[in-house]
Amino acid sequence: MEILVCVKRVPDSSENEIEVKGDGTDIERDDLVYSVNEWDNYAVEEAIQIRDKVGGTVTVASVGDEETEEVIRREMAMGADNGIHLMDDAFEGSDGKGLATTLKALVEQGSYDLILTGAQADDGAGQVGGMLAAMLDYPFASLVNLIEVVDDKKIKVGREIAGGNQEMNEIDLPCVLSIQTGINEPRYVGIRGIRKVASVEIPVKGVSDLGIDAGVVGAAGAKVKRLDYFVPELGEGAEMLEGSTEEIIEKLIELLKAKGGIK
Amino acid sequence: MEPVIVSPGMLLPTQILALLIPLAGVGIFAYIIARRVAPLVRAKPDFRFDRIAARLKNVLKLWLAQYKQPRYMLAGVLHILLFAGFLILSIRSISLVILGFHAGFVFPGLDGAAGHVYHVLKDYAATMVFVVAVVAAIRRGIFKPARYAVPEKYGKDHTGEAILVLGLIAILMVSESLFDASKAAAQQQAGVEVMLIAPGSLAWIFKQWLANSSDGTLQGLHMVSFFVHDLTFFFFLCFLPLGKHFHVITSIFNVFFMKLDKGSVKPVRWGVGDDQLDDLETFGVKNFEDFTWKHMLDFYSCADCGRCSENCPANAVGRPLSPRFISIKARDYSFKHYPLKGKFAPHEPLIGGIYEEDEIWSCTTCGACEEECPLMIEYIDKMVDIRRGMVDEGNVPQSLQKPLMAIEKRGNPYGMMEKKRAEWTQEEAFKEELSVKILDGKKEQADTLYFVDSISSYDDRIQEITRSTARVLAAAGIDYGILGKTEKDSGHEVRRFGEEMLFQELRDQNTEAIVNSGATRIVTADPHAFNALVKDYNGLPPVEHISQTLARAVAGKKIRLKPEEDDSRIYTYHDPCYLGRHNGIYDIPRQVIDAIPGIRRVEMDRCRDRSFCCGGGGLMLFYEPIEETRMGKLRVEMAKEAGANVIVTACPFCMVNIEDAIKTSGLEGEMTAIDLSELIDRHLER
Amino acid sequence: MAEIFAYILHKDGKADDTAYELINAAAKIDPEAPVTAVVAGSGSELDSACSEAAKIYPAVWKIDNEALAYVNAEAVRPMLVNIIPKGAVLLLPHEHFGMDLAPGLSIKLDAAYLPDVVDFEGVEGSTLNAIREEFSGMVSTHVAADLSGGVVVTVRPGAFAPDEDAAASGEVVDKSGDAGAAPALMRRYLETLVAEVGEVDITKSEILLSIGRGIEDEENLEIVFDLAKVMGADVSCSRPIVDAKWLEKSRQVGTSGQTVKPKVYIACGISGSFQHLGGIKGSPFIVAVNKNPKAPIFQAADVGVAADILEFLPELQEAIEELKG
Repeated sequence: MEILVCVKRVPDSSENEIEVKGDGTDIERDDLVYSVNEWDNYAVEEAIQIRDKVGGTVTVASVGDEETEEVIRREMAMGADNGIHLMDDAFEGSDGKGLATTLKALVEQGSYDLILTGAQADDGAGQVGGMLAAMLDYPFASLVNLIEVVDDKKIKVGREIAGGNQEMNEIDLPCVLSIQTGINEPRYVGIRGIRKVASVEIPVKGVSDLGIDAGVVGAAGAKVKRLDYFVPELGEGAEMLEGSTEEIIEKLIELLKAKGGIK
Repeated sequence: MEPVIVSPGMLLPTQILALLIPLAGVGIFAYIIARRVAPLVRAKPDFRFDRIAARLKNVLKLWLAQYKQPRYMLAGVLHILLFAGFLILSIRSISLVILGFHAGFVFPGLDGAAGHVYHVLKDYAATMVFVVAVVAAIRRGIFKPARYAVPEKYGKDHTGEAILVLGLIAILMVSESLFDASKAAAQQQAGVEVMLIAPGSLAWIFKQWLANSSDGTLQGLHMVSFFVHDLTFFFFLCFLPLGKHFHVITSIFNVFFMKLDKGSVKPVRWGVGDDQLDDLETFGVKNFEDFTWKHMLDFYSCADCGRCSENCPANAVGRPLSPRFISIKARDYSFKHYPLKGKFAPHEPLIGGIYEEDEIWSCTTCGACEEECPLMIEYIDKMVDIRRGMVDEGNVPQSLQKPLMAIEKRGNPYGMMEKKRAEWTQEEAFKEELSVKILDGKKEQADTLYFVDSISSYDDRIQEITRSTARVLAAAGIDYGILGKTEKDSGHEVRRFGEEMLFQELRDQNTEAIVNSGATRIVTADPHAFNALVKDYNGLPPVEHISQTLARAVAGKKIRLKPEEDDSRIYTYHDPCYLGRHNGIYDIPRQVIDAIPGIRRVEMDRCRDRSFCCGGGGLMLFYEPIEETRMGKLRVEMAKEAGANVIVTACPFCMVNIEDAIKTSGLEGEMTAIDLSELIDRHLER
Repeated sequence: MAEIFAYILHKDGKADDTAYELINAAAKIDPEAPVTAVVAGSGSELDSACSEAAKIYPAVWKIDNEALAYVNAEAVRPMLVNIIPKGAVLLLPHEHFGMDLAPGLSIKLDAAYLPDVVDFEGVEGSTLNAIREEFSGMVSTHVAADLSGGVVVTVRPGAFAPDEDAAASGEVVDKSGDAGAAPALMRRYLETLVAEVGEVDITKSEILLSIGRGIEDEENLEIVFDLAKVMGADVSCSRPIVDAKWLEKSRQVGTSGQTVKPKVYIACGISGSFQHLGGIKGSPFIVAVNKNPKAPIFQAADVGVAADILEFLPELQEAIEELKG
């Protein structure tokens, strides 16, 4: 099976607060550490596991600046066979549709049976996969938490839906799936793994290589634009109980009793 | 003169038989050993031929003098007696074998008086060994100490093998004694000079018992006992390499080749330098053949005594790890894949085969197992090697991947920003009192570098210890500073969790920063960092743990301590694994505590080199083990049992684990924990 | 001004909570714009969902097709393309169905796509201004979508207040014919695997003691279960606890778990991701205990305590035990 996984380089926000620059044009990025979007990492792991089971290749593609090469390399160290770096000044400022347009051009240059994206990103909203599928007229499923290859024509796919339930579907290939975390346990990529692929050539493609018009991608083609960043003003929020622990507990018990919180 | 009794060495047929038995026995034994050596030949290299003097000293102390045995008093004493008996009787047994085809054989030097002394000695030795074998068999067969039990998932019980071997030993002793006793009885009846038999010995009892037996009976017994001994002896010899009694043969080698540097970690591959590691096809131990020959010898040497597992904290809390079975399962793998007959079987991966992932991650590398092992079997290096193999395959639990990635990107497992590494110095009250220099080797310089490490830099609670450390350093008049954001995690656990390449990056960055700082001494309050800097790093200025610095300051009257005011406090000192077992620092922290006038301190049962790990440090704090209870909880109970209500630690991770355990055991108010630096800080006479 | 359409989710003949929220979202875009509910499905369940929608929306479009008995985004998409007028604003809830349908639909409508909107700032010329969150709500952004070709918007469930009155009397128009036949499906629904119901059904609990990452370790669960016992509460949790396999999935509160409506909800060591808050918005009284006073949960809670739950909960338990004697 030929699998394409679309990944994105994002700032890691898990431990450090994201702060907005004074003028609101961007977030403070100087001290941020970037890595591959967590959901995308699950998608790559899933692709590798499928390939190891049924054969084929895994190609990882990412749209982004020079730094993006680092995440492509990391995913190759995980076990992806090929990497493609989509880099062009024209891509800058792309909205979801612009990214999907770029990826569509890439898909049409190859022959992929299965295209995976992450279900979402910390700085995105899980739109590119569905758009890409519609552009290619491929079937699509979001929030995928199970993939079973039936044969080379179709797969069985589980989706995470409300109530902790799982919706099972049969999907014809080729298709696009957006992958939810928890579908697998992504493998660890150590320094040694990254060094092993340090000298692997990662082809870079721009608009001309992909045969797309620079006007339909990037800021020029964007129908949706981010105007600024800001920190939302907090509402009133909870009434915070103050005082010594005994006092807090006394007040809390009173409140709980009044609201039926102690049987 | 006609001999009163015919010995096997006097008749051609028995001579031939007595020659054939040892020939066959030695032949079969040599074949078995050759098969057993086969995997060792295929193993990875291990450099163990250095420091011969130290190694010989270890053989004398740990092998010949059985130094570790009395740690388990009854079993230990029984073993020492058995071992001593074996040593004495080995000469006798060999000469007996030779006597079978060479009548009247005597070892050179054992004729005359020396021979008489030896004869008496061996009579008593045989008697002693016989009694010990019987006592041991009763203990193993009837009382069945729990430590020998084999949980179902790990394999079959070995009580049968133990009893069989004790039986063989008893037969050897009985037959050896009967051989002499029957001859002596015959001599007595014939009125000729009776050979010397030690009074009260097993042979002497037999002689008395046979006093009135007929010539025929005595002659028969003499012959039969010889061949019973001969056959049993060679059966025993060939049986040894088939199971846990292989240690009888391998122990001397295992002790000679034992690891000499405690607390260190073996290189990825002996003989392959750090700069050549990128060329290695594979890392760590994935298959049995990836172990070094010494580690395989360890497996052969395991006597299945269970002392490691009884002391293993992971085993105590119900984690899926029992060090004993790390050895036994690997030994059984070796026996199965390198059988005595037929082709060697193709190798199977260890993880998912004989070992589980969680089994390998469960180890805190506390070293209790290695400390206890009478045969000096190593476990930590094997754990690290297997983990290296798992890391190389990407097989790392999700809970550990995050902190590892954070260390790679940010130099600390929490993923906090580098610039926040020195933020502990900025606490309001502390800032007013002290300003801590951030050493750059140019503008800011100091004699002593305080290496803080990640947890002490970033963890809210531990920062209090860090500030106490800074205050006591200042009080002791030490000119010190820190590295600030150029300090990275020491990598101690990164290395011990198998991520060698990441460790090396951290080591190189820290080494450069330390050297550039211009400091001439290093002090740290974290035993893990201490062990890393001492054992894992090269080319650094001398490194000290804060307890050593404090002990000197107290002894040199650089700091003066107020008396303990609260007489309801009873202190106990918890030995951190990487200060105690791995670095032998037991007395110094106790001296520092005891320097506080009026302080009351008790010892827990498990203290010093038998200290019980609190739950592990570094990355172990992130690992989510399968366990029934927590090590910290057991440790707090031990302190309570000892009658203490304050646990003094000298390690930030111990503090995290023990305070957490006090909370979750509902002992808040009853029990507290305090770091050594904090204790001294609180008692400083300012 | 562009027309606004709201896509109505429904199940077992009942409209989803989001049906009541989208009408207010629409009002925030343009209070004057006509709003039409679009309800797709089949048979009597569809009819009853349509009548419910008619109480909320002034107009309801019905798409009745047997192929939609289990609504499949791939089947609905061409039907919507056939009936939604060019340049319209289409609102969908940002949940698993909306995420399936909306991105592709925006392509087929050649409309802009605004995902996961939490608020609108209205229309300015041919631009729709909205607010989104990034980095788990740590920062917000103003976004502008070009309205000229229409916009597909997914709206975060719970971000807008529900329409309490539901006093409209909309007319249900059958658009099934215009919508056209169902396409041949490349993605076929097979079945829904229902999560195992655990020991307790937290959707029926009156008091929930809910735990999150702040519990730190599996063994500390004991603290919570002990307290729950003296309070007469059931124990629920946030997603990380289920991911760590410390509690069963059926105890998980949030959009990917259960939606709960207890009398009292006590969030212990839960920071309050929007997915979690989505599952508790029906609780009349929410108490939050968290050691980080900046945790978003305090925005959603009625009463807050800034404390470490591992210390606070045992003391609370002791006090309640004392009270009960």
